[in-house]
Amino acid sequence: MDKRDNFFKEDVSIVLCGEAGQGIKTIELILVHVLKKSGYNVFGTKEYMSRIRGGSNSTIIRVSDKNVKSMKDKIDILIPLDSKAIEHVADRLSDNTIILGDKELLTDTKYEIIDIPLLKIAKEIGSKIYLNIVACGVVLALFNSNLDLLNEFVTEKFESKGKAIVDNNIEAAKSGFELGKALYDDSKVRIDIKRDPKIKDDYFLNGNDAVGYGALMGGCNFISSYPMSPGTGVLTFLSEHSKEMEIVVEQAEDEISAINMGIGAWYAGARALVTTSGGGFALMGEGISLSGIIETPIVVHIAQRPGPGTGLPTRTEQGDLEVALYSGHGEFPRIILAPSSIENTVKTTAEAFNLADKYQVPVIILTDQYFLDSFYNTKKLDLDIKVDDKIIKTDKDYKRYKLNASGISPRGIPGFGDGLVHVDSDEHDEYGRLTEDLDIRVKMTDKRLHKLDSIKKDIIEPVFTGNKDYETLVIGWGSTFNVINDALKEINNKKIGYLHFTQVYPISDKIKPYLDKAKNIIIIENNATAQFAKLLKIVTGVEIEHKILKYNGMHFYLEELVEKINEVAGDK
Amino acid sequence: MKNKFDISNQDIAWCPGCGNFSILEIIKKAMNELELEQENTVMVSGIGQAAKMPQYVNTNFFNGLHGRALPVATAVKVSNPKMTVIAESGEGDMYGEGGNHFIHAIRRNVNITNIVHNNMIYGLTKGQASPTTSKGMKTTLQIFGVTNEPFNPMAVAISLGASFVARAFSGDQEQTKEIIKKAILHKGYAVVDIFQPCVSFNKLNNFAWFKEHSYYLDDKYDPYDQVEAFRKSLEMEKFPLGVLYMNKERVTTFEENLIAYETNKAPLFERKRDLEKVKLSLAGMK
Repeated sequence: MDKRDNFFKEDVSIVLCGEAGQGIKTIELILVHVLKKSGYNVFGTKEYMSRIRGGSNSTIIRVSDKNVKSMKDKIDILIPLDSKAIEHVADRLSDNTIILGDKELLTDTKYEIIDIPLLKIAKEIGSKIYLNIVACGVVLALFNSNLDLLNEFVTEKFESKGKAIVDNNIEAAKSGFELGKALYDDSKVRIDIKRDPKIKDDYFLNGNDAVGYGALMGGCNFISSYPMSPGTGVLTFLSEHSKEMEIVVEQAEDEISAINMGIGAWYAGARALVTTSGGGFALMGEGISLSGIIETPIVVHIAQRPGPGTGLPTRTEQGDLEVALYSGHGEFPRIILAPSSIENTVKTTAEAFNLADKYQVPVIILTDQYFLDSFYNTKKLDLDIKVDDKIIKTDKDYKRYKLNASGISPRGIPGFGDGLVHVDSDEHDEYGRLTEDLDIRVKMTDKRLHKLDSIKKDIIEPVFTGNKDYETLVIGWGSTFNVINDALKEINNKKIGYLHFTQVYPISDKIKPYLDKAKNIIIIENNATAQFAKLLKIVTGVEIEHKILKYNGMHFYLEELVEKINEVAGDK
Repeated sequence: MKNKFDISNQDIAWCPGCGNFSILEIIKKAMNELELEQENTVMVSGIGQAAKMPQYVNTNFFNGLHGRALPVATAVKVSNPKMTVIAESGEGDMYGEGGNHFIHAIRRNVNITNIVHNNMIYGLTKGQASPTTSKGMKTTLQIFGVTNEPFNPMAVAISLGASFVARAFSGDQEQTKEIIKKAILHKGYAVVDIFQPCVSFNKLNNFAWFKEHSYYLDDKYDPYDQVEAFRKSLEMEKFPLGVLYMNKERVTTFEENLIAYETNKAPLFERKRDLEKVKLSLAGMK
């Protein structure tokens, strides 16, 4: 083997793959944190099957001398933990991929393997369940690291299971480390990527954490939801913080109940969030419409996964923009936000609560499985946030739907002030009482729709990067930001500009000049029908010719974007 | 007697002679006699003729979606436990469209009162079977007669150990008012199913029929005996009226058990999130 291929000085992608139940998630948690604490730039994500045991799941860890925030397709080092693992990732192997594995586990394989007795060691310690920690030890040794941090994490992780388990895991880590060290010392595999001690003070969050902290920063104190992958993580996050942050958390009997509870909570003065995925959101359609007519705010987080129907429950897609846009019968305004990076997610999510409160409309936050499950270190989070509470104290003759120029009637809540608060899903008069007066109907419809004008003045504008004199304009939205950004850095073509949207609805017509100026426009979406391109056409009239779409359930890889953008943009 | 819950000049959407009129008077009287405060009372309803009730009562209300009164009422109470919350709708709304919420509201045991107008027919949609329509009855839709078994809300509630289960008849204002007052005063989830004639679409279960097919539980009846209460709930020839069951074991309510109210009893809207505390927690993610 050529030394170039087994010495890693700038960038390495390591994949550990095994079946559900083998502790792949533990490997990921431990390794990404230990590496980051050791001063490495780390990006981590995972892909998994919809099952509790068996199948093939993998964790992807990319370490680099730069602050990378995306994943490569090709694997540099693979550690298979069961017999199916290599086949599971076969498409992502290259001639240069190094496979470190136990031949006892990997019989009949056509691939060249560096044999390390992972299973034998785990069994000697007591059980094959220690395989995952042995593997962690191997990986850390390849970095010429030490065991201190790993031992700390292992102790913390297994403390509740008793001393014997902690000791066995420490032994597993040590044995694995020795295996890895031998590989390093014999120059079989070496990772000598530059460390930066400052990195250990970086924030290290995945998308779930970022949405969760955003909700906390937005004053969220109520969540009612029904578990559905990949939306459950945010529900669990808020439950874990419910004591210190005083949050009401309820697992509703279904999604219909969840959203009606959320709206009821806002009516009574709480700041409520509902988290779900596309299928659950479909059940919430009538609730979205209710929020529209009674002008009671609601914030819904849709963690997208591929549909239709049950689709691919544990995979990723940007396929629910249109359902977010059109769900709920009748005509009423709404706001849709799609966080683009860990850096802007906390603020974007918090802002969702303020916008919902200010405009008394449903606000939908669109993320996806890939985004929620991905980690990377970052120095700065946008935390310039305040809870902007718009609730007013009512007076005796309070009119919940008082007509005025802006269409936004001051929102009172029951039990705060001398007034009474009536909200009605039937068409209603200014007091909120049911009416079938057709003139009032027109006034109330105009009032509700008029709010969109104010909302449009408050848009989170898209971010433009690159050369202002571009020929090719790349457009993306939501979770694709980092991978597109990393791809464009790699391409380094001065003729390309990049416009990325975090607010996907409403969008302002100010963006039209960006589109008009371009010779080529490329839309990049993680779906099959370029849903955002359709929306852009409605707003700007511009038909986007070049579409880079992916809808196999996986997110974009760096290499494929580089290749496909180059195909359209041509030479530098 | 002047009642602060009265509203004048209302164009009431019910049919002349509808049982809803008596229930409206009963509820307003019960609320007034209990000295509930208008500002601190919230009526939540779904959709249907019974669900229009809050329109005609001078208090806070949330007239939401068909079948969804209970999730809203639950959230209102949980967000502000100082409110007296009454969820009121018809049997189609509560047991049909909202049946799942009915089951889970019983399990949660939020301190709310759930009043269900049960006229054994769909009125607003013009005469189709409701979950409680008698088997064999011919309706505008079930023209050959209803074949499904009627839903038994009392048996369901008692079997799930509901905190408070009662049945009343709109034709008896005095006793129904007393039952509703007990339900409102009861700590925990309290359901009151009120038999009510529909003069337009149910020619079978009319005033005389309900009168003939019901009786009041007497003083000797022990409402704390779940098995006996369940037996009572299965009586179909003559339906027992009164408080059928109270669950002594249900000592705490849903909201009392929430961690958010463990030390701080203030309604959620009175609390301010300490953002510095959140930032500190975030710093732990470094």
